[in-house]
Amino acid sequence: MTFASSIELLRFHNVAYTIYAFLIISIIAWFGYNLTKKKKANSLVRIPFYAYIAFLVIGGVGHHIFTYNTIPWVSEDISRDHITPDQTFNFEIKSHKWILPKEKINIKCGQKVLFKVKSDDLTYGFGLFRQDGTMAMQMQVDPGSPNEILWTFNHNGVFDLTSTEYSGPAQYDEEGNDLMKVKKLVKVTGCTGGQK
Amino acid sequence: MSFAKNLISGTNFDHTGLNALQKVTLRAVVMAFLFFGLTATEGMIMRLVVTGPANPLPAMFSHPAHYFSIMTVHPIVGIFGSTYQLVFAAFMFLVPFLTKKPLYSIKLANAVWLLITIGTALAWLSAFFSHYAPLYTLYWPLPADTTQFNVIGGIVFIVGVALIMLGTLGFIYNIYATIFARVGVHKNKTTKELLISGFGIDGMLNIWHKITGRPPYSKEPALALPVVAIFRGTVDTFLDALVILGAGILVLIYLVADAGGMSLNVASINALLYKNFFWWGLDLVADGLVLIYVAGSWYLLASLITGQKLFMENVARAALMLELLVSWMVWSHHLLGDQGQPEMMKLISGEMVTAFELLTQGLALFITLVTLWKARPLKMTMELKYLLGGLVGFGLAVPAAIIQADMGMNRVLHNTQWIIFAHVHIALIVGLYMTLYSAVYVLWPIVTNGTKMYSHKLSNIHFWLHLIGGIGMGAFAGMAGLQGMLRRHLYVHGEFNHLMILAAICGTMVLIAWALFLYNIVMSVGIKGLIGIFLPAKDKTASYGIEEE
Repeated sequence: MTFASSIELLRFHNVAYTIYAFLIISIIAWFGYNLTKKKKANSLVRIPFYAYIAFLVIGGVGHHIFTYNTIPWVSEDISRDHITPDQTFNFEIKSHKWILPKEKINIKCGQKVLFKVKSDDLTYGFGLFRQDGTMAMQMQVDPGSPNEILWTFNHNGVFDLTSTEYSGPAQYDEEGNDLMKVKKLVKVTGCTGGQK
Repeated sequence: MSFAKNLISGTNFDHTGLNALQKVTLRAVVMAFLFFGLTATEGMIMRLVVTGPANPLPAMFSHPAHYFSIMTVHPIVGIFGSTYQLVFAAFMFLVPFLTKKPLYSIKLANAVWLLITIGTALAWLSAFFSHYAPLYTLYWPLPADTTQFNVIGGIVFIVGVALIMLGTLGFIYNIYATIFARVGVHKNKTTKELLISGFGIDGMLNIWHKITGRPPYSKEPALALPVVAIFRGTVDTFLDALVILGAGILVLIYLVADAGGMSLNVASINALLYKNFFWWGLDLVADGLVLIYVAGSWYLLASLITGQKLFMENVARAALMLELLVSWMVWSHHLLGDQGQPEMMKLISGEMVTAFELLTQGLALFITLVTLWKARPLKMTMELKYLLGGLVGFGLAVPAAIIQADMGMNRVLHNTQWIIFAHVHIALIVGLYMTLYSAVYVLWPIVTNGTKMYSHKLSNIHFWLHLIGGIGMGAFAGMAGLQGMLRRHLYVHGEFNHLMILAAICGTMVLIAWALFLYNIVMSVGIKGLIGIFLPAKDKTASYGIEEE
C-alpha cells in the first residue's frame, strides 16, 4: 500500500478518522447510558488494563511506522541531502513578493525536484496547490535558514503557488485578494495515471 | 417568581453571605464567561467572513488588516481572558478547599483577575484600534515589523500580554504559597514531604513497594490527587509565563527602539531558533498545563460525582509526573514543516515523544471512566453529563493531533484548518470547556451557598447546543483543512463556502449556547447579586468549610 499523492492520503485519513470519531462518540454515549442503569450492565468487551496500554503504545508508534512505509515523501525528505535531484528551482521572497526562477517550471513525471526558497525578511510558507484548491505539499520558509524540499510528482497536474504561512496583512490587497498567489506556475506531465 | 424579580434578585442568591474566597472566585468566573462571549463572537465574525461575498457582515470585517487583528486577539481573549481566568478561579478556590487551609492571599487573588482582565482588554483594544496583528504565534520578526504595524499599537499589545503573564505569576505564587503553608492538616508536614507528594514521587514509590512486596511508602499522601495535578500543571504554567514574558520583552525592545528613532537589526535574532524557544513555551500551554489540569479535573470530578476513591490512584499520580516530562519535550511537532529543523529532533521530539500523549491522556480517560463505572448506578446530573462531554472532546481531539504530528501527514496538513479545528477547537470548546462546565456545576452550590439554578431546562439546552455545535464546527472546518484550506489565510471568494456555512451554523449554536448559559446564571444570581459579587466581602475568610486558625 502506497499513497502516491496527498489526495489519496487525505481521502484515506478522512474515512479512517470519521470511523474513529463515530466509534469514540458511540462508546462514551453507550457508557453514559449504562451508568444510570440499576441493573448491572455487561461490558461488550472486557479490556484488561495492560492490553489497553499496549494498544495505546502500538497506536502511537505504529502510526509513524505505517506512514513511513506508505507515504513516499517521508523517507525522501529524511535522506534528501544524499539524493541528487533531477531539477533544482530557486525562489526568493522579499516584501511579500516572489522572485521566481527564470526558467518555466515544467516537470516530468517521477523526476526528483528540489525547491530551494530563501526569505529576505519574514517567515513565509511555500505551498503548491492543485486547481481545485487541494494542497499538494508545503514547507515553512524561515529567514536565515535553509528551506529546501525534495519532491517527486507522481501525477500530471498544474499547480498554483502561494505562501502558506501568515506574514502580515501586506500579503493581501484591500479587497482581500492574495497577492502572493502565482497561478499555474508548476506543470507536471508524462504520468500515465492522469491528473491528481 | 416573576421574570423581573428574577432578573433583579435572582432565585435565592445572597451576595452578603459570601466570604472573601467565594467572592474573588466568582469575580474571575464572571469575567471569564464575559470573555468567552467576546471570543465566540470574534470566532463567528471570522467564520462568516470566509463563507464568501454573500456574508451579512459589513465590508470592514473582510479587510485583511481588520480580519487578522481579530485573528490575533481571538486566542488571547479565549485562552487567557477566558480559560486561564476560569481555571485560575477554580483552582484558587479548590486548593484551599481540598487542603483545608486558607488561600495564601485574597489580595493577590484579586490582583490576578484584575491583571488578566486589564491585560486582555489592552491587547484587544490595541488590535481593534491599531490593527496590530502578528497573531499569537509571534513568528519572528513579524511582531517587530513596523512597516506593517503601528509601533504604539504593538507596545500596548505587548504590555497587555505582559500584564496577563504577571497575573499568571501571581496565581502561581498564591497556589504554591497555599500548598506549602504548614498550617492545618499540613502543620506537621515538612517541605520535603509536600514536594515529594506534589511531584507524585510517593505514587511511584507506592507502586515500587507493591512490586517488591513491601508495605506502601505512603498510605495517606500529603496532597490529594487533584492538588497534585494543580501543583504539576502549575510548573508548566510558570515556565510558559517566563517564555511568553521573555518573547514579549524582546519584541518590546525592538518596538521601543523604533519609536525612539533607532532601528535595530531584526536579523540579529535567528527566526528558527526563536521559533523553537517560543514553541517550547507556548506548547506548555497546549500539551502541558491543559492536559495535566484536565486530567486532574477529571479525577476530582469523578471522585466528587461518585463519592468514591479514584481507581488506580497511584498510577494516576505517577502518570501526572510522566505527563510533565513529556510536555517539556514535544514542541518539535510544531516545526515538522521547517526544513532547517534537525531531522532527529523532528523524529524524537516531534513524533515519538509526542505520541506519548496518547498514552498519558488515554490513561486519564481510562481511570476516569472506570471510576465512574465502578460507582454505578449514577444519576445523570448536569455535572456528569458535562464530564462525559469533556471526555468525548479529548477523545476526539488528541488523536486528531497525534495523526498530524507525523512527518508524512504534516507535509500536507501543516497550517491547514485541520489542526486548528479538528484538534484545537474541539479540545478547547468541547474537551476543556465541558470539563470546566462540569466543575462549575459541581462547585456552584458550594461557591454560591446553595443558590438554586434558575432553569434546569436551559442547562440542558446549553449542554446539547454546546456539544453538537462544538463538534460540528470542528468537524466541518477540519474537513475544509483536508481540502487544502489554510488556517492563517484570508478567503473572500467563498472558496470553501459549503463547509464554511455548515461550520458557521455550528459556531452559531455555540454562541447561542453561551447566551443561554449567561441568561440562566443572571436569572439565578440577579443583577443585584452580580453587582454584589464585585463589592467587598464582609466576611474576610480565605477558606471554605474550615475554621481559620
